[in-house]
Amino acid sequence: MSAQPRTAERLLDIEDLRVSFSTRRGMVEAVRGVSLSLDVGQTLGIVGESGSGKSVTAFAVTHLLEAAGRIVGGKIRYRGQDITHATWKTLRSTHGAAISMIFQNPRAALNPIRTVGLQIADALKVHTNLTPTEARARALDLLKDVLIREPEKRLDAYPHELSGGMCQRIMIAMAIASEPSLLIADEPTTGLDVTTQKTVMDLLAAITVKRGMATILITHDLGLAAKYCSRVVVMERGQVVEDAPPLQLFSAPAHPYTKRLVAASPTLTSTIADLVVDGGDEAPSSVVATPKAALPPGTPLLLEVQKLSKHYPGGITAVNNVSFRLARGESLGLVGESGSGKSTISRMLCRLIDSSDGEILFDGGSIGDIKANDFHKSALRKDIQIVFQDPHDSLNPRFSAFDCIAHPLRRLEGMSSGAALTKAVNDCALRVGLPLELLERFPHQLSGGQKARIGIARAIACKPRLLVLDEPTAALDVSVQAVILQLLDRLRREEDLAFLFVSHDLNVVRMMCERTIVLRNGEVVEEGLSADLFRAPKSEYTQALLAAIPHFEPHAPRPVFEAVPA
Amino acid sequence: MSTATSGTLNHVAWVLRGNPLTAVAAVGVALLCVLAAIGPWIVPYDPIASNVAIALQAPSAAHWAGTDQLGRDVFSRTVVAARLDLMIAASAVSLSFVVGAVIGSICGYVGGRLDRIVGRFVDVLMAFPLFVLAMAMVAALGNRVENIVIATAFINLPFYIRFARAEVNVRRNAGWVESARACGDSHLSVILRFLLPNILPAMAVQISLNLGWAVLNAAGLSFIGLGVQQPTPEWGIMVAEGARFISTGNWWLVACPGFALMVAVLFFNLLGDGLRDILDPRMRT
Repeated sequence: MSAQPRTAERLLDIEDLRVSFSTRRGMVEAVRGVSLSLDVGQTLGIVGESGSGKSVTAFAVTHLLEAAGRIVGGKIRYRGQDITHATWKTLRSTHGAAISMIFQNPRAALNPIRTVGLQIADALKVHTNLTPTEARARALDLLKDVLIREPEKRLDAYPHELSGGMCQRIMIAMAIASEPSLLIADEPTTGLDVTTQKTVMDLLAAITVKRGMATILITHDLGLAAKYCSRVVVMERGQVVEDAPPLQLFSAPAHPYTKRLVAASPTLTSTIADLVVDGGDEAPSSVVATPKAALPPGTPLLLEVQKLSKHYPGGITAVNNVSFRLARGESLGLVGESGSGKSTISRMLCRLIDSSDGEILFDGGSIGDIKANDFHKSALRKDIQIVFQDPHDSLNPRFSAFDCIAHPLRRLEGMSSGAALTKAVNDCALRVGLPLELLERFPHQLSGGQKARIGIARAIACKPRLLVLDEPTAALDVSVQAVILQLLDRLRREEDLAFLFVSHDLNVVRMMCERTIVLRNGEVVEEGLSADLFRAPKSEYTQALLAAIPHFEPHAPRPVFEAVPA
Repeated sequence: MSTATSGTLNHVAWVLRGNPLTAVAAVGVALLCVLAAIGPWIVPYDPIASNVAIALQAPSAAHWAGTDQLGRDVFSRTVVAARLDLMIAASAVSLSFVVGAVIGSICGYVGGRLDRIVGRFVDVLMAFPLFVLAMAMVAALGNRVENIVIATAFINLPFYIRFARAEVNVRRNAGWVESARACGDSHLSVILRFLLPNILPAMAVQISLNLGWAVLNAAGLSFIGLGVQQPTPEWGIMVAEGARFISTGNWWLVACPGFALMVAVLFFNLLGDGLRDILDPRMRT
């Protein structure tokens, strides 16, 4: 699509759009003068971090702003006609369902108690007068269009019987049911595995080409935007800061924010040191070490896992026969898609859940035999700590930042409130670069990056020897992720920590870990030095995983929209 | 710390601005409590001194709410009764809250067989007509005020158990619960120090609504002659006594305690919603 030779018809024109939300602190401008345009058949990417106003812009176009939000200025033209303040009804009558939208969490967007066939039929009935039989036949066609296997069977399936990727395909089917000329996809693959993301995005690209639709892809993933869009708009704090074709945007970003964003996104070749260019909002970490090779032989072993398994009632095996070793001060990556058992392994190692089988040796002693229910009394409790995935969810809403960090000190070091505790907490905060004045605040008053720092400070408060990091940056914006990764890398060196780094993001693991283990369905698929594993993956699965990561580097192969064979 | 305090005050002010009824209810409840505390010293007449010479007089300047069949001042009796009624309600609700919250939290956290057993027990309890159950309990345990408290607490228990169970259940897999375990807390400590404080805001609403209901329940029991005995002033008894004289046109015997009862229940109910907003730290900014 990128090379549309003839001057195409203008489909959507947004001019100086302003959207305000009325909040408790008065009116807040979420979108501050956004102008962008889209031609028929074009694919436009809108990238930006949380709070950049990218979704609000889309909601303004589709008239889905919640009650508190209002368009206070600017114009939205659709095929030349001003629809800025048109009501939903007039919009419908003049354009039919010309604009469709798909959302982030497909499972939540589907009605759990209706079969998907009926839900697609519902979408069809809104603008056509089909009989139930005709609607069912059309729904079946749509399921075939979105390449669902055994469509006849799936028509009568309920959403919970389908995988996340399939649910998103159903959403796409519903969105294209009304034959829209503009499809807005708001983070359509966030939360999906990388291989699923690839199939869903390929499908979406093929369908839009086939039907001649224009698409707006809203995403935080630069790689995704680069791969699937003919033009990319970068938004920051409610404003468009750059608007260019992806190749130009990512190889020669002009705006400082774009530069920061591009630098912060991990690529095939970047190192931890590359991630942050100066001028970030978060305090930059001081020391950045160089990439590491394998640890010298003879480094004493810290953790040894032998034939670890976890079975759940009902014959479900989450982890099957996993063995690995971790030396002191080493960093080991555990990658895999959802259901690979990586989180289960991390929780068994932290003795938060019991293992069904196998042995865990920590520093030569067996800890697999200590019941998870009793491990809080063990002297090793403070040696094995964990940083959780969602920094917000992992902080007690009723604890201030100070209490969050003080908690392990009180419980595990037996410190009582007083000057010593205050000093220890302040130390921890300084080690993770958290300004001391924030210690009085509650989690909801802090940003994602600050909460992540608190989670890390809490985990290192008792000077553990093994730190399990369970997707520590998965919920963070990419620029914040960059800073947090640097922080973790620095802490590891300074405190001689061993890391077990659990992640679905292969680039992050490559940068953070000397060795990597690839998991699938609870079993080890491949294990090796990160450098080797990522350069020359041996197993097919690892190869597929690596191939599915969307890249934006100019030299990376850039597959465009060849239609996916039906 | 002073910034934290002013933040809390700002937050309370904000909630009250958005929902002025909460302020009205809070003032009302506070007034009720003051009356309960100092009632006996401020009333114009002795609430149990009878004087048949002035029996059944209509409201007048001397007797604002009239006098009853024994010539006692209805207004004074109504005011003095506030203490007993509120005491019964408050102790019954605290009892069922403490017991129910602990049982419910443990069930919600542990789940499994314990949860199922307690759940069915609660179902059985709720299948009874609750007021009849309370009557039976008071009758069986003995006609005393303590037993009214116990009976009222007991019939409220299922609601607290269910409520706490549901609230804990949605939180038990939260990251901060797991992290508390990693920080060395036992399961029990997680429930008591982490989960219970977090479900308090939601429970506060339940408590407030329940207080009104408990007042009504205590009054109801004494209305049918259980629990509080004559000549102790109590709203339920006063309404019961007064009801005998309604047919003869002596409406004021019922009106004053009935109105007090209504106002108390109303205030407690109104307070509930505002209380939830005030107590939830996430609502603060």
